[in-house]
Amino acid sequence: MPVFNQSRQNVIRVLFLVAFGVLIIRLLFLQLSSSKYDLLALDNAVSKTIVYPDRGIIFDRKGKSILENTLTYDLMVLPNAVKNLDTIGLCRILNISPKIFHDRLIGSIIKNGKFRPSVFESAIDTETFVQLQENIFRFEPGFYLQERPIRSYPYKAAAHVLGYVGEVDSNILKRTNFYYQMGDYMGLSGLERYYESILMGKRGIRYQVKDNKNRIVGPYEKGIYDSIAIAGRNLNTYLDIELQVLAERLLKNKLGAIVAIEPKTGGILAMASGPTYDPNMLTGSYRKTNFSYMLRDTARPLFNRAIKGQYAPGSTIKPMGALIALDEGVITPSFGYGCGGAYRGCNRPIACEHKNPAHAANLRLALANSCNSYFSHIYRMAIDNRQDRDIRLGYTRWKGYMNSFGMGVRLGLDLPSEDKGLITDTSFYDRLYNKSWNSCTNVFLGIGQGEMQATPLQMANLMCIIANKGYYYTPHFVKSIENEDENDTLLNKFKVRHEVTKIPDTIYNIVQLGMQDVVDRGTAMGARIEGISIAGKTGTAENYGIINGRREKLKNHSWFVCFAPRENPTIAIAVIVENAGFGATWATPMASLMMEKYLRDTLSSARWKEVERIEGTEIILPIVKMKRRRLDSLRREKMKLQVSRMQAHIYTLPKKSDPNKSNEILPVHFEAILKDEESVC
Amino acid sequence: MRNQSAEITKGIDWALVVVYIALVAMGIMSIFATTYRDESVLNGFLSFKTDYSKQLYYFAICGVLAVFILLIDSKFFTATANIFYFFGIILLILVFPFHTDVKGTKSIIRFSGFQLQPAELCKVFVNLALAKYMSSLDLNFKNIKSQLIASALIIFPAILTILQSETGLALVYFSFFLVLYREGLPASVLVIGFAVAVLVVLTLLLDQNLLAIGLTAIAVLFIYLSRKEFKRNKGLFFIIVGIWALCVGIQRFAVPYFFSNVLKPYQVQRIFATVGKDYQVDESTLSEADLKKMEERKKAGNYNVKQSKIAIGSGGMFGKGLLKGTQTRYDFVPEQRTDFIFCTIGEGFGFFGSLILLGLYLFMLFRIINIAERQRSAFARVYAYGVASVFFFHIFINIGMTLGIVPVIGIPLPFMSYGGTALITFTVLLFILIRLDADRQMILR
Repeated sequence: MPVFNQSRQNVIRVLFLVAFGVLIIRLLFLQLSSSKYDLLALDNAVSKTIVYPDRGIIFDRKGKSILENTLTYDLMVLPNAVKNLDTIGLCRILNISPKIFHDRLIGSIIKNGKFRPSVFESAIDTETFVQLQENIFRFEPGFYLQERPIRSYPYKAAAHVLGYVGEVDSNILKRTNFYYQMGDYMGLSGLERYYESILMGKRGIRYQVKDNKNRIVGPYEKGIYDSIAIAGRNLNTYLDIELQVLAERLLKNKLGAIVAIEPKTGGILAMASGPTYDPNMLTGSYRKTNFSYMLRDTARPLFNRAIKGQYAPGSTIKPMGALIALDEGVITPSFGYGCGGAYRGCNRPIACEHKNPAHAANLRLALANSCNSYFSHIYRMAIDNRQDRDIRLGYTRWKGYMNSFGMGVRLGLDLPSEDKGLITDTSFYDRLYNKSWNSCTNVFLGIGQGEMQATPLQMANLMCIIANKGYYYTPHFVKSIENEDENDTLLNKFKVRHEVTKIPDTIYNIVQLGMQDVVDRGTAMGARIEGISIAGKTGTAENYGIINGRREKLKNHSWFVCFAPRENPTIAIAVIVENAGFGATWATPMASLMMEKYLRDTLSSARWKEVERIEGTEIILPIVKMKRRRLDSLRREKMKLQVSRMQAHIYTLPKKSDPNKSNEILPVHFEAILKDEESVC
Repeated sequence: MRNQSAEITKGIDWALVVVYIALVAMGIMSIFATTYRDESVLNGFLSFKTDYSKQLYYFAICGVLAVFILLIDSKFFTATANIFYFFGIILLILVFPFHTDVKGTKSIIRFSGFQLQPAELCKVFVNLALAKYMSSLDLNFKNIKSQLIASALIIFPAILTILQSETGLALVYFSFFLVLYREGLPASVLVIGFAVAVLVVLTLLLDQNLLAIGLTAIAVLFIYLSRKEFKRNKGLFFIIVGIWALCVGIQRFAVPYFFSNVLKPYQVQRIFATVGKDYQVDESTLSEADLKKMEERKKAGNYNVKQSKIAIGSGGMFGKGLLKGTQTRYDFVPEQRTDFIFCTIGEGFGFFGSLILLGLYLFMLFRIINIAERQRSAFARVYAYGVASVFFFHIFINIGMTLGIVPVIGIPLPFMSYGGTALITFTVLLFILIRLDADRQMILR
């Protein structure tokens, strides 16, 4: 049979070739042109889990851990796996309305997509956790519990010192050049922030293979790409947690601060700011509520007065005036000034508390009696000492002394956001007095009033200088870092000894004795402790506030600074209680209790009664209290509204048969908040 | 005995047999790679519980069948071709009352745990019948009537298959037109068919008015170029205008009408998806069931192709290795044992492995064409071209689909895809060819 159309076989061959060519070109494009599909496949099948390391622990000077890591649980949701869910049951356990449930679910889908787990409720409280854990099988696999370590604070103390950790935000991400990742926690304030690099440890990453339903199948490539989480290193501090707790108790119901430093090392033994708060409030599920509440509080519990509160030092600055005059050589310890109840060296007389003659016959007496005239006089002598043509030179020299003492500059302790107080520049007076001013213009600086402000930390540091007879170490909390090596430079600056005067020890002794007289028979007799020689100085700082738009003089701040034992000082303290009147009234007994607790390691029962008395006394300006009350009542109203609204939701649930039961479950959440709230005050 | 076995093996094209075994082996390996789940391998292969062991047993059945076919005299096929064709049509018709609904198809008959898909099997019968018809002595294929009869032989079972909601399988029948082309069907039929297809695609891709303007411009250009011809040939002008009117008519009215009234919305959607467009449809005119189906198909279709592309794309040059493909191992690609089996090769063995597989297929197709051209009888030649066309269509559409250049039409990859009926059908198709080729000295009628 003849074969027709033979040539067409080649057309068909070409057709086949072209078709296969198309497939091969497509394959080339898919498989060899880009790694896009590689990444997509990895993203599909390999889940990258970040293994969070345990943060380092912070120990006090006796090795007690003042913060710990505990486990909390997040309720996670995997939206695409949510099927046949007992929504009502879950809502009841979580105390949320189905509407909120729905909104949150949608929210997490929008945020992370359907196939990735999101946090549905973070840091579940214990009560809910127990209920959830028993019932979680009913909600799986769409919902599951995931553990997450959080901080807990067994002593409920040192909130301001320790700071808090929180989730990083996009600003931090940018600032740290994306070292952190979304969802990471980092120290946001306090020691947690300052020593973040030590405490954070190193994240681990675990790669796991998952299937199309997002179920984990096993380790990816037997785990060769995994990296192990390295726990954060621990910190040993100088902090004495019992002393810290005592300081916080003493400051209860008061506005103020207590700072205690070990003079020989600069180690901070206690640093309290009142009002404070329980650091546990800023962990767990109520963190945001609590934080925003405290942020609005007029008493400002989040404000660390010990390093950010700035007060006129008042008489407590007088020993420093003496040091400057002595170092400048304008006086000797035997220098005396005839004070008749006021300083009349300048136009306006400055009143002095004492009128009896010879109360300022020498330095020691002048210190013991806190003679205003004497210290005004030696301030002027120090400034005018070198007969400069220009007052500015003398003042600048004085300012230099003050700065070297740590006044008007940041000391640089190991907490972030320290304030520097105030020692003004000459330019300030130039502007204010049109360049014609003299030592009389700012003579008030000699007695710690006027253009001068100091933080409690700076005042405690001044005591260290006197206690050490002329030097100090920058105050700091951390004594050592676990496994410290030469790469850890954080602590280096605390090992530098700052020599600030060239005054011989014998003259220092006289200053110290003068201060001891203050306690033994002067204004600070309330500080006396049997068998311990204490050197101290009270102060009363005038202050003004703006109330209803008017500048008004408020009740004086009460200062007391001291160190003990005088012969071989191991503790230096600065105490300030805002608007508490004379220094001797409140600040002195508080410092006394602190010293006794630290030096004797215990307090007698009579002394504990004293602690309770102080603790129970409220010294807060009426205006602050009023504003606070208003805020609280607003908040309560709002919360009541929320509760009733939620109950309304629960009552309208279709399946709900027993309305009493919902009453039982619901308010727990809010009572917990209310309880926490009270511990703020 | 010895004599007989020599008789059987005489003239067999061993190259085809070797390629066949290689492909089936690759298929079983791929199915193993996607469905193996840490069971004992030996047990898994022999248990008949896993898919790869089932495929192995189907292969064994195919082996028996192949030997059986090789034992049959070639004349049997020519003698029974028409009977088988009618048998096949009856099977196809029997499907309508006796089908079992499996995964939305209405094309499967099930009896005592055994599934049969006549639409799949019928390809063999159509091929035989076509060969029989095309080789009849008194046939003049230049005659329009005989062309129509041949087309009818192909189209009738295709229509029955479409009625069983198996559009993909039905399309396979149209590959027989390639055979008709080889046997003398005017090229213009295929060219016109191709041109219409291009026009339809352009209709999808371009704005209606823009395309109409373009077509008009082309028509005007032709009229301008051939203006001198009009004096000699007065009809030419009207032919050009007529073609223009037809084209515009197709793109303006025929295609939209076909899409909105003949095809199901989800099918249209799929066609649109292939050219990378969204199908805009007035949803209020659709029934709820259609809407739901559309939604589902859209999701499934997009998801399948996306995952399949990721799987193949992530294979790179040499692939991730057997059992190492994360996409195929963890069920990211749906239907990966059956229609998307190529992903396993693409991911596990990369461009290199894919090239080897494509090479085997191309070798097989060329080999079949060579075999066809060396036949003395028209029956064997037509049959061989039929086999080549069917294989080609399956391979190109299936792999094209996994690569995302062809719409998702659920047809298996010859010898690779999991499934008994398909494997048996392809085996029978191939071994009848081998049998016929072994007797190529004989003249068959």
